[in-house]
Amino acid sequence: MEKPLTQHIVPGRKPLSLKEYEKVGGYQSVRKVLQDMAPAEVQALVKDANLRGRGGAGFNTGLKWSFVPMGPEAATPKYLVANADEMEPGTFKDRLLLEGNPHQLIEGMIVAAYAIQASISYVFLRWAYKLAAQEITQAIHEAYKAGYLGKNILGTGFSLEMHLHTGVGRYMCGEETALLNALEGKRANPRAKPPFPQVSGLFGKPTIVNNVETLCNLPHIINNGAEWFRKLGLTEDAGTKLYGVSGRVKKPGCWELPMGTTIREILEDYAGGMQDGYLFKGLLPGGASTDFLVEEHLDLPMDYGAIQAAGSRMGTGTMIILDDQTCPVGFVHNLQHFFAQESCGFCTPCREGLPWVEKILLAIDKGEGKPEHLLTLDFHTKYLGPGNTFCALAPGAMEPLQSALKYFREDFERHIHEHHCPWSKSKAWQPSI
Amino acid sequence: MLTAEEKHRIDHEISLVPARKNAGIEALKIVQQSHGWVSDESLQDVAEYVGMSTAELDSVATFYNLIFRRPVGRHVILLCDSISCYVMGYEGLRDHLYNTLQIQYGQTTADGRFTLLPNCCLGTCDCAPALMIDNDLYRNLTVEQLDEILSKYT
Repeated sequence: MEKPLTQHIVPGRKPLSLKEYEKVGGYQSVRKVLQDMAPAEVQALVKDANLRGRGGAGFNTGLKWSFVPMGPEAATPKYLVANADEMEPGTFKDRLLLEGNPHQLIEGMIVAAYAIQASISYVFLRWAYKLAAQEITQAIHEAYKAGYLGKNILGTGFSLEMHLHTGVGRYMCGEETALLNALEGKRANPRAKPPFPQVSGLFGKPTIVNNVETLCNLPHIINNGAEWFRKLGLTEDAGTKLYGVSGRVKKPGCWELPMGTTIREILEDYAGGMQDGYLFKGLLPGGASTDFLVEEHLDLPMDYGAIQAAGSRMGTGTMIILDDQTCPVGFVHNLQHFFAQESCGFCTPCREGLPWVEKILLAIDKGEGKPEHLLTLDFHTKYLGPGNTFCALAPGAMEPLQSALKYFREDFERHIHEHHCPWSKSKAWQPSI
Repeated sequence: MLTAEEKHRIDHEISLVPARKNAGIEALKIVQQSHGWVSDESLQDVAEYVGMSTAELDSVATFYNLIFRRPVGRHVILLCDSISCYVMGYEGLRDHLYNTLQIQYGQTTADGRFTLLPNCCLGTCDCAPALMIDNDLYRNLTVEQLDEILSKYT
C-alpha cells in the first residue's frame, strides 16, 4: 500500500533534514514545475488528479486555483497561505505532517505558489503546535539557504518568500476569509464573498488558502502524475487520506490509507476496535462539525460522496467515537459549548443562537429539561443551518446536534422524563465560565 | 513605554506588512512575551506605535484567547476541554487541579505560580486527555500523574 504523505515520517524521530529529504527525492517536483511546466499546466495536472481540499470542504484544488487572475495584468503580489490552524475538536491529522515532514509542506507550497504565481507565502500555524513551529522554522531556514526559497529560485526567475505566522487562538481563524483578517492584524471575522479570496484576499490581493494535507499531496502528484494519484483511491475520490480515530478505542491514532477505506476497516483493523467494556454507539466522521453516523453506516467507504449520501460529511477524516458509557447529551453539550465560545459574534443567529442551544443542553443534561426544549433545539438546527448565518460555523455546529436528535432522541427524552442523567456516573458537564 | 528591544522586534514585523497596523497582533505577542500579559498601559503604547486607536487594538486583543489582558501566573496551564478529552475524562483532571491549586478556570493561585485556563482542542486527540503548561505538552494523562507534573514548575 502506497503512503506518499507519511512514507518518511517516523514517530518519535526528528523529521528529515533538507539534505536527507533531497536524498529521498525531495524538491524534485519544484525542479520539474519551475524548469519544465507552465503554471497553467500545473493547475491542469492538479485539477485532473482530482485532488480535493483536505481541510474538510473537499473542493477541487486545481479548480480553486483556476479562479486566480493570471497573466501580466493580474494584481501583484499574490499570496499563498497554508492553513495549519487545525482547531477543529477531534482533528489532529495535520500535526503529523507538520511535525513529521515540514519540507514536504514547503515543497508543496512552492508548487502551489508557482501554479498561481504567488510571490509571498505564509504558514498560518496554531499557537499550540510548538514542536511544529520549531521544525517549520528550521525547515524554512534550510530551504532559503539551499535556494528553494527567496529570489530567483534555481535560476528560473521565480521568487517566493515564506513566513511562519503563529495564531493567538481562535477557531474562526480556520475559515479562510477570517484567517486572512487575522493575518492582516484584525479580528478574525469572516468576510463577505464575493469577492472571493482568489481575486481579492490578503491585503486585497489574489490569495489562495490551502490545507496542509492538500499541499503535502502536491509534490507526489507532480512527480507521479494525475492518473497515479487517482488510482490511489479505492472509490471515485483520488489519493490517500489521513484518517484518525479518537475516543474509547484500543489504539487511537492517525493512519494514511487509500481514500475510500471503509469506516469499519479503520475502526477495527487500525484503531483496534472498542476498548474492553465499551460498546460503539456512534461517531462523528470528520471532526466536531459533522453529523453522527451509527452502526448501519460502518461499511461505508470514507470518501466525500458516500459520507455525504449518508447525511454527514467526511470533513477532516478524523473520527470521534461515542461509546455506550458516555452520555450523548453531555457529548453534544460539550460540542455546543465549544461552538458558542468560539463564535466570533459577528452575526446575530450564531452569537445569540449557540449560547441558547448550549443552555438548553446543559439544562437537559442536569435533569432540568422540559419536553418543549427538544422543539426549541429542532428550531435552532433549522434556523442556524446553512443559508441563515454569515459563515459555516453555526451550520457546522448544528450538524452533530441535528443528527444526535435524530439518532439518540430517546436519550434526550429519558433525561427530560426521568429528571436526571441516566449515565449516573457521568456528572453534568459544567460550562467553564 | 516600549523598550528598545520591543520596538526593534515590532519594527521587523512592520517591515513585513503593507501598513503599520497590520502588525498589531504581532506587536501584542511581543509585549506579552516580555511581560506575560498585556496591561492597559502596554496596549496604549502598542496602539500608538502601530497607529491604531486604543479601542481598536483592544477589540483585537480581546478577540483572541491567548492574548492575556489580565495578569497571569508564572506558569499558564491550558487544559484541553474539547470533545475527545471529554470522552476520555478530562473532568477528573480539572477537578483535581481545582482542588490542588484551590482555583478555578480564569484564576491564578495565591502565590502567583499557576493560572488555569480551559483550551479548545490541543490537536492531540489520539492521546487524550491532554494539557499544556507553558510550552510543554502532556498527553494520555491520568489524575495520578498531575501532582508530579505540577511539581516541576516553581
